[in-house]
Amino acid sequence: MNKRLFAVLSVLVLASMMLAACGPKGPVETAAPAGYECADEFRCVKIAPGEPIHIAYWGVLSGADSSLGEDSKRGVEVAIDDKGGKLLGHDILLTTEDAGCTPEGGATAAAKLASDTSLVGLIGSSCSDETVGGIAAISNAGLTTISPSNTRPALSAPDRGPDYAGYLRTAHSDAFQGKAVAEFAYNFLKVTKAATIHDGSAYAQALQQVFADEFAKLGGTIVAQEAVAKDATDMKPVLTTIAAAGPEFIYYPVFVAVGGYVTAQVRDVPGLESVYLAGSDGIFTADLLKGGGENTKGMYLSSPDFSAFTGDYAGFIAKHEAKYGGSTLSTFHAHAYDAANILFAALEKVAHVDDDGTVWVPLKALRDAIYATKDFAGITGNLSCSASGDCGAPVIAVYEIVNADPASWNPADAANPNPKKVWP
Amino acid sequence: MRTNLSERLLDLAVSVFMWGFRVLIVAVILIGTISTIQAGKYTSEQWIDFVVQGISQGSLYAMIALGYTMVYGILRMINFAHGDIFMTGAFGAYFLATWLNNTGFIDSNPLLGLLIPILFAMLVAAGIAMLVERIAYRPLRNAPRLVPLISAIGASFFLEYAFRGFFGPGVYAYPPINALDGEWQIFGIGIQKVQVVVAVSAAIMMAILYSIVMFTKVGKAMRAVSENKDTAALMGINVNSIIVSTFAIGAAMAGAAGVLNSLLFRQINFMIGFVPGIKAFTAAVLGGIGNIPGAMVGGLVLGIFESIGPSLFLEGLGIPRPYQLKDAIAYTMLVMILLFRPSGILGERLSTKKA
Amino acid sequence: MKKENFIWSALKIGLTSGAIAIFICLIGMVDVFSKRDVVEEVITLGQFVLLATSVMAGLLASRRTVHLLGREKWTAALVSGLAAGFISGGMVALLVLLGDKVNLRAIFLNASPVLYELLTFGKGVGNIWVLPLMGALGGLLGGAYLYLPGRISHPVNRGLFIIVFMALFAGLFRVIFINQGPEMEKVAKYLFGQTGLTKAGALIFFFGVILITVFWTYRGAAVRAGVARLPKAGQVSLRVIAIALIAIIALALPGVSGPFISQVIVTVALFILMGLGLNITLGFAGLLDLGFVAFYAIGAYTVGLLTSYGPFGLQHISFWEAIPIAVLVSIAAGFTLGLPVLGVRGDYLAIATLGFGEIVRLLAGSDFLSPYFGGPQGIIGIQKPCIGVLEPFVKMDVPRVCHPIWTGDFLFLKNITIGGELGTPQTIYFVAIAAALLVAFVAWRLRESRLGRAWMAIREDEDVAEALGINLIQTKLLAYMLGAAMAGLGGAIFATLIGSIFASSMQLIVSINVVALIIVGGMGSIPGVIVGAIALIGLPELLREISEFRYLLYGAALIAMMLAKPEGLWPSQAAKRELHHENTEAQL
Repeated sequence: MNKRLFAVLSVLVLASMMLAACGPKGPVETAAPAGYECADEFRCVKIAPGEPIHIAYWGVLSGADSSLGEDSKRGVEVAIDDKGGKLLGHDILLTTEDAGCTPEGGATAAAKLASDTSLVGLIGSSCSDETVGGIAAISNAGLTTISPSNTRPALSAPDRGPDYAGYLRTAHSDAFQGKAVAEFAYNFLKVTKAATIHDGSAYAQALQQVFADEFAKLGGTIVAQEAVAKDATDMKPVLTTIAAAGPEFIYYPVFVAVGGYVTAQVRDVPGLESVYLAGSDGIFTADLLKGGGENTKGMYLSSPDFSAFTGDYAGFIAKHEAKYGGSTLSTFHAHAYDAANILFAALEKVAHVDDDGTVWVPLKALRDAIYATKDFAGITGNLSCSASGDCGAPVIAVYEIVNADPASWNPADAANPNPKKVWP
Repeated sequence: MRTNLSERLLDLAVSVFMWGFRVLIVAVILIGTISTIQAGKYTSEQWIDFVVQGISQGSLYAMIALGYTMVYGILRMINFAHGDIFMTGAFGAYFLATWLNNTGFIDSNPLLGLLIPILFAMLVAAGIAMLVERIAYRPLRNAPRLVPLISAIGASFFLEYAFRGFFGPGVYAYPPINALDGEWQIFGIGIQKVQVVVAVSAAIMMAILYSIVMFTKVGKAMRAVSENKDTAALMGINVNSIIVSTFAIGAAMAGAAGVLNSLLFRQINFMIGFVPGIKAFTAAVLGGIGNIPGAMVGGLVLGIFESIGPSLFLEGLGIPRPYQLKDAIAYTMLVMILLFRPSGILGERLSTKKA
Repeated sequence: MKKENFIWSALKIGLTSGAIAIFICLIGMVDVFSKRDVVEEVITLGQFVLLATSVMAGLLASRRTVHLLGREKWTAALVSGLAAGFISGGMVALLVLLGDKVNLRAIFLNASPVLYELLTFGKGVGNIWVLPLMGALGGLLGGAYLYLPGRISHPVNRGLFIIVFMALFAGLFRVIFINQGPEMEKVAKYLFGQTGLTKAGALIFFFGVILITVFWTYRGAAVRAGVARLPKAGQVSLRVIAIALIAIIALALPGVSGPFISQVIVTVALFILMGLGLNITLGFAGLLDLGFVAFYAIGAYTVGLLTSYGPFGLQHISFWEAIPIAVLVSIAAGFTLGLPVLGVRGDYLAIATLGFGEIVRLLAGSDFLSPYFGGPQGIIGIQKPCIGVLEPFVKMDVPRVCHPIWTGDFLFLKNITIGGELGTPQTIYFVAIAAALLVAFVAWRLRESRLGRAWMAIREDEDVAEALGINLIQTKLLAYMLGAAMAGLGGAIFATLIGSIFASSMQLIVSINVVALIIVGGMGSIPGVIVGAIALIGLPELLREISEFRYLLYGAALIAMMLAKPEGLWPSQAAKRELHHENTEAQL
């Protein structure tokens, strides 16, 4: 009995293995004579008929900052839907890696992506820290990633080093943004005394410093530079401290949580009842209206200039609404959408398609093609990539929130935009 | 006991170091305070504002701390998931309050509009806490001390990410009660209505809780169980149900705190419980863990120090951006109080041996 | 006690499992998992998870019935299994019906049309009867499983387990196989699809494992007896061969498996270092430290400051020179942080140390100390370790060049390099493994030492230990300092692995993870630390792609592990005895 059972099982295993031996032979042999010689400096990714084209999104998908990553991921998903889920006759497979908004998370995610030879291109990361941790592994593996939301200036500095060869971004560098806000405050609002708050993140700390330097250069005075913890909720004490310095303008380029808390509480602090408030793209989202409430009305936010958006942003929002319900989670979905489309366009340009539908993607050629992107009509503008990886259109505008109802959030609306562009 | 010379020298060195450490901290605080006051940057109204803000935040810490302290008093267990119970209460109340707000109920009945969501949040929080207790803690009651701690950490993660799954990572805004806009003049000082309401509701709830624990049969049973479980069982007390009701009452307080927190700060998302949970635990230890009035005092002291400390101590020392180090102040103060009074401000009711 | 009715218990189990199934739907797991397959074109992970709830319900309900009525009442058992499964599936069906009428999405984001479509297999509400039917079928299967004889159910169990396991890590295995060359690529593509196992792969794994299990069941005893009969020399050489095999695998692993596996192993090794350190303070001496990340941070920042070629670099020395300094600085930190809290006992200690950990992180990331530690911008440009000759520092932002010890041809081998820069996870792997082995050895020797026994005496009872002549201050301080040294070493390797450090990496969650891995592994047990680190750090890292549910499953797993094995996965002998003792006490 036992022996019989054993024999039956052995036969079954042998049979499965025979299947293994003869199964895939057919297509492999027919593919070979089609004769595509890969002459790429790195390597070519071969996608046999029936296999999907594999791209990955890496960024922050867990923890407190996950709405930033989730938002961009949705942008990529909408871009894939717009392609009908197909590219060059193959399905597009999108996988995700969580990088947790930390350098070590970025390093681990990047190591995983780097070892997957079926990948052709990447979108990510969300946080600049993740890129700092992971970019070397990605570049060295011959892969190229386009980040929709990294804004740290150093990432696309001309002297950024060879590790960054595979790094581009559709987001703008903060060097532009801080300067734009300073000019807006000094020239348009005609204020001379400004205060800043940051939340201890590298993004906010750098951005408020750019602003402070530029504002002082224009002739203004920075009366207070304060900071809070990223997870703080009670902002009144720090605002009271700021009130004691008597600013006319408070700039807090932070993330949504802190931004909402500051906005909601600022008017309750004696001395700050009528001070100008301004933030940046980190809080350019309907979630700020939820967190900040009525006080958001009249607040200024810097952001990429939507009127410079050449594409169909309203159409994107409609698709997003239909797919996910509710409004967008953060600022960079459109940048992610554009990043994905830049990748797709470059793929279509460099990929070689055999007669039987096999697709070959040469990775170095793909990277070069992405760098060569010129006048690409994205929804965030006409995008051209620089040699140091800046693809974003650095046209910064300042918007004013005219309605505190989160449902009215639609900066791209032609008739009733909220927030409304006020400068330049 | 051995009286080895080198060991005695070591002991001496240690106590010298400790005293030096204490003197150093006190000196730093004094220098900072004096130079801040000398600089005269803040008016007396602003100092009062700092204190008021500290009280409203501190009364929330106190409410959450009660749950820690009660559970600790009975089970000697750090209920790490307690902060997330606070979050579940806030979410529960959010959906009810939004609905009430849309029907216009909150505007027409502001008092009920405040109370109904609070009651609902208490129910939700108590229900979830009882579920967590049943699944994750009760089977481990006789396990080594750290095992329930790990289980509680697991429960904390589970609750956070289950709620992230349900409601997404985004921010929800608790509907404001319009009747609470503006200020009240109290002793000639303008204080925000919301802050007053939060502090007063917290005080009322804590008074209710305290009288439950001190004057009802259940409270008496709780105290008996916290003294000695086995003896209490012999006296005919159903230990299990007393433990469950301890969890439920503590959680109800946290749930109510969740609503008050939402009134004060508006935002709700799946992570809002984590930091207040840690802070409340700090407050409970500060006041003397296991000690109910201690938790209240600890919460208030913590809130006030956090609010006033950065300006008062750090600014005078020339430290830039002192509010970034708000939490560092809280923890330094904690360590300091533990150095001077190893069992908290009011002292714990348990002997040190048990802890 | 009232006698339990089996119908009632089946109902209860069915309702509970239905609630779990609805929970799984509403947190979005079904939606996300349906994009992954267990077996391609056969069953998606989402369907599998839902089916598993019904099968489990059936199994539990039948077991309960058998327990109540006895094994011979098989119809009752099967019926209760069927009923439980039916109720479980029916509740999900009710969710769909409700969602069809009411807009549940106003509250639960995942109650979307996509979910309903998945649940009704794309056929709409008209197809709703399928759900309870599938549930009933699953429940029946679960009930029937109970009646399988052990020699069949045991291998089937293993077979199913391996399918799920392989499917979960299919992407990983596929990548590793493909990287081994075109021949292995064919095998990989035959066994693994992009999102799960192929049909053939599932069959091969299933029957392969069954074959092995059956073989081991009938021949295992004989093999073991054969080994036992070997002469002593034979057994020794067998052991040597086994160790050599493990060593070869460990040496070849990074090269074969690529950067990701190496990165994960290095991360696990770093947590093993921290775990071994905390195991001394907590496991041996019983001092609960919830701020252990402070020492990790101190080690990392020391190496960063000493070796960085970026703006905050102080000395630009090599990694190897910085390591002992980092360990010494950590020891000093252990001393200064340990001293003030020595008098503090029990859980007060936990919160005091938690405070220290947070203070270190806040100060490192603060603007106050940013001229020294970089604040939120961190310390970048940390020099990689070099084996060979390191050229002197030239200027900022330019790494020091590393020359390998020797390059050239050796006999028939062309172009070999000995040494060089350890810049990738695959090479730092060796540093991390060596450090972990060294520290594990030290920890093991410490435990057996006089000092180790003094620690354990303190853990058991401080007052008695003191009365026995143990100097509490000295002994506790040593525990702190040695623990800190180990964590500092981990931090030092971390700094060079990532190449940059930020205060935001030094979160409380790291300390919590370390405490958790020690308890899950088994307090005071050195192999337990390793097992705990693999289970709590390694597995979640490998499951990175299900990011949204990583922490949810992590939390559930922590609870489950504590419930199932409160003494830990690999407890020390003493802990086993102790727990047993406490149990008997509780029964008294």
